Amino acid sequence: MENEKVPTTIITLTAGVVITLVSLWVGQNHGLMPEQASEQAPLVDDFFDVMMTIGTALFLVVEGAIVIAMIRFRRREGDDTDAEPIIGNLPLEAFWTAIPAIIVIGLGIYSVEVYRDMGGFEPAHHLVAKADTPAHIASMPGSAIAAPLVADAEGMESDEAAASKGAKYGFGAAPQREGQAADLVVNVTGLQFAWIFNYADSGVVAGELHVPVGKDVQLNLSAQDVIHSFWVPQFRLKQDAIPGQPTELRFVATKPGTYPVVCAELCGGYHGAMRTQLIVHTQEEYEAWFEEHQIAQQQNPNQTVAVNPADLSESEFLEPYTTKLGVDEKTLTQLHSMHES
Amino acid sequence: MTQTETAPQSQATSHSSHPTAWKWYDYFTFNVDHKVIGIQYLVTSFVFYLIGGLMAVAMRAELYTPDSDLLDPNLYNAFLTNHGTIMIFFWVVPAAIGGFGNYLIPLMIGARDMAFPKLNAIAFWLVPPAGALLLGSFFFGGAQSGWTSYPPLSLITANTAQSMWILSIILVGTSSILGSVNFIITIFKMRVPSMRWDQMPLFCWAILATSILALFSTPVLAAGLTLLLFDINFGTSFFRPDAGGNVVVYQHLFWFYSHPAVYLMILPIFGIMSEVVPVHARKPIFGYKAIAYSSLAICIVGLFVWVHHMFTSGTPPWMRMFFTISTLIVAVPTGVKIFSWVATLWQGKIRYTSAMLFAIGLLGMFVLGGLSGVTLGTAPFDIHVHDTYYIVAHFHYVLFGGSVFGLYAGMYHWFPKITGRMYNETWGKVHFVLTFIGANLTFLPMHSLGLQGMPRRVAMYDPQFTAINQLCTFGAILLGFSVVPFAVNLIWSWMYGPKVGDNPWDALTLEWTTSSPPEIENWEVLPVLTHGPYAYGMNGRNGKGLNPSAPTSGEPAVEAK
Ligand code: HEM
Ligand SMILES: [Cu+2]
Ligand SMILES: [Cu+2]
Repeated sequence: MENEKVPTTIITLTAGVVITLVSLWVGQNHGLMPEQASEQAPLVDDFFDVMMTIGTALFLVVEGAIVIAMIRFRRREGDDTDAEPIIGNLPLEAFWTAIPAIIVIGLGIYSVEVYRDMGGFEPAHHLVAKADTPAHIASMPGSAIAAPLVADAEGMESDEAAASKGAKYGFGAAPQREGQAADLVVNVTGLQFAWIFNYADSGVVAGELHVPVGKDVQLNLSAQDVIHSFWVPQFRLKQDAIPGQPTELRFVATKPGTYPVVCAELCGGYHGAMRTQLIVHTQEEYEAWFEEHQIAQQQNPNQTVAVNPADLSESEFLEPYTTKLGVDEKTLTQLHSMHES
Repeated sequence: MTQTETAPQSQATSHSSHPTAWKWYDYFTFNVDHKVIGIQYLVTSFVFYLIGGLMAVAMRAELYTPDSDLLDPNLYNAFLTNHGTIMIFFWVVPAAIGGFGNYLIPLMIGARDMAFPKLNAIAFWLVPPAGALLLGSFFFGGAQSGWTSYPPLSLITANTAQSMWILSIILVGTSSILGSVNFIITIFKMRVPSMRWDQMPLFCWAILATSILALFSTPVLAAGLTLLLFDINFGTSFFRPDAGGNVVVYQHLFWFYSHPAVYLMILPIFGIMSEVVPVHARKPIFGYKAIAYSSLAICIVGLFVWVHHMFTSGTPPWMRMFFTISTLIVAVPTGVKIFSWVATLWQGKIRYTSAMLFAIGLLGMFVLGGLSGVTLGTAPFDIHVHDTYYIVAHFHYVLFGGSVFGLYAGMYHWFPKITGRMYNETWGKVHFVLTFIGANLTFLPMHSLGLQGMPRRVAMYDPQFTAINQLCTFGAILLGFSVVPFAVNLIWSWMYGPKVGDNPWDALTLEWTTSSPPEIENWEVLPVLTHGPYAYGMNGRNGKGLNPSAPTSGEPAVEAK
């Protein structure tokens, strides 16, 4: 064979270097993820980059070996003999059992680390630490937006406090904020085929989620009919909203902008249309939006009825949101008839 | 393993005339011959594959545009549910276990039939009514809650259709339990006395592991579905949240048994791989023991990974972490198999038959599916892509690239044994090229769709994803067409293909020692095993009688040695 002149170690070494360089490059430049807009996003992306690097290297080595074997070890014209029988090689087999084992254990440890930094271990603490302080939002630092919430939360046990009491699934506070209450709490209800965002005690109800940038936001997720799943791709966060089982999702948005909120769990015919938006405002913009909506909803008592969507028929309820959801009149009628049947 | 030449007994019979051969109409009756049953399974499952494939192409056509303008969204979901169900329960499982398992196991271990031939026939005849129930559900709107059928959605949509869906799954489940019992007993009791465990072909190991898994997992899947059936029809509330039921419990029940079911699909395919690769590479399989034991390891570890389907559901943190680690560990025995096949190719003398092309194609695609599988095992990343097109991409790389390529490889490899005739290699290669390009064009771009934000199981999507979806749809149409050369080639060759001898590949497992097609009862005199199943190039063997170019030229390959 022609390359016998060059020692195989040199070829292997060069191939190794090239594969390493290519893998490192791919790991950094794959451009597969959407933009990052939460504190969790860079954690997930760095982890994904590492997996892309390792994955590319393994891909190149294994696929490369297959392609090389296909070319080098094809049957030659007129050669009908069997190949040299090789039935095993213990050191080699131990090697390729050990390498993947080390890789996956390493990835496993890294993923626990990422998961902890994302706040994944926090919601379980909730149950213990916050169960006796149902109105924990009352104790939050006195920021301007929080004021209306605080005022109303005093006195009685509010909805979202009750919800967070049982929420032991989802994402809680990141380690650096452990034990602190969130800056803003929003109750999120999933129902066929819309998300309702309820800024509980201030009476603001919306079909889109508005949050201030840089603030610690807690969503208390619940579902009214079937399972839905709250996903913001730019946040790299997802949590199912499960009927009868409150869950939570806590995040800090890092970049003002408008991001899609997607329902990721099959929830019926119009599952694909269950889309809305998450708008990350600057602090001032957010306050302006909040005030405007509070006033608007006080002036229009009809709107507040929506707080209890159970009393309304589906199409009645969805009507105010149709434009935002991109669901047209026809869809609504279909929806209606579907549920009647 | 000891190796000498194959025992000569079987060659006493000629393949030309069998007064006792089956007629075509025997294949439509309650026949108890394992070969007839195997063919019945293969043909039936292939028909279902075509039906499931048409549903897939219809879905992809719908997804050509972002709006739901071709199919009604509820019909889309019915197609989605039935596509997944058919492909799993009516194509991969019946073709691999029912078809190849029944046809090959007795032949490979030197038995005249399965241990319980009548039970075997009963198991097969449960499949057509189950399929009829499933397809009949379309007259009642079609089950719409996906092949997972999570409540409460499955409790509130299309109740009659959903009930028919459940009964259909319970029927095929029963069929596969009956089949499993039969395989286990057959493999334990009916091997020719001269065959030691470590001389058993790896396909038999794979079917053994699969059958044990099916025996444990299927009954309880049926139990979970029965509870769901009660909730729908008899007012119970196991999974009704408004009446004290718990929907997450269903998910645990479903996945505790359905995750192992994923291995039911892939393990027999691994078995087919281990038979096809050594024959066409003319080399013993590398790491026989490692491959056999890794099947068992996958079975055992596979029982402890189910929660990775539930990372975004009602799953406490410790579970998310525990199942991350256990899932990642399954990658190790799977990797061992891949490396062993690559090592078998290495320094081989590879014959590019259609069977071998599909086997290598499987390797190529399975590597990518396996790597994306590792990423999905890690909870923090899976949470981003769960229930998105990244998942769809991943499992089609495994199921299409793994299972379907493996089944095609098997069909080409054993076609001359089953029919006594040779297929046309040129059309086989056309089939391969179309399938390989089509599958990658369809499923590769889906990774990016999922990462960017497109959820799965949607009939309408955000217009920003249009271009990539159109690419996938083109791929799906190509895949649809790729079936044509396959079907035409095999049907035509079955009727008119050139006759071949008993052993055109010069393979060493026992099924090649009988005539092609094998006579009823398989052998006049049972064979005596004198060498291991993969003794290529060993003990002075050197491709004796091998003449791979003969079949394409229409000449019969060399007859008896
Ligand atoms: C022509 C080839 C195929 C095409 C174009 C295709 C396409 C699709 C599409 C578009 C979906 C819907 C994805 C979603 O929204 O979740 C899907 C789902 C699925 N497919 Fe395929 N598929 C093909 C072959 C297969 C094969 C061979 C298998 C299995 C052996 C398979 C198993 C599944 C399963 C299990 C689902 C999930 C169903 C569910 O979510 O309930 N597919 N496929
Ligand atoms: Cu939804
Ligand atoms: Cu949904």
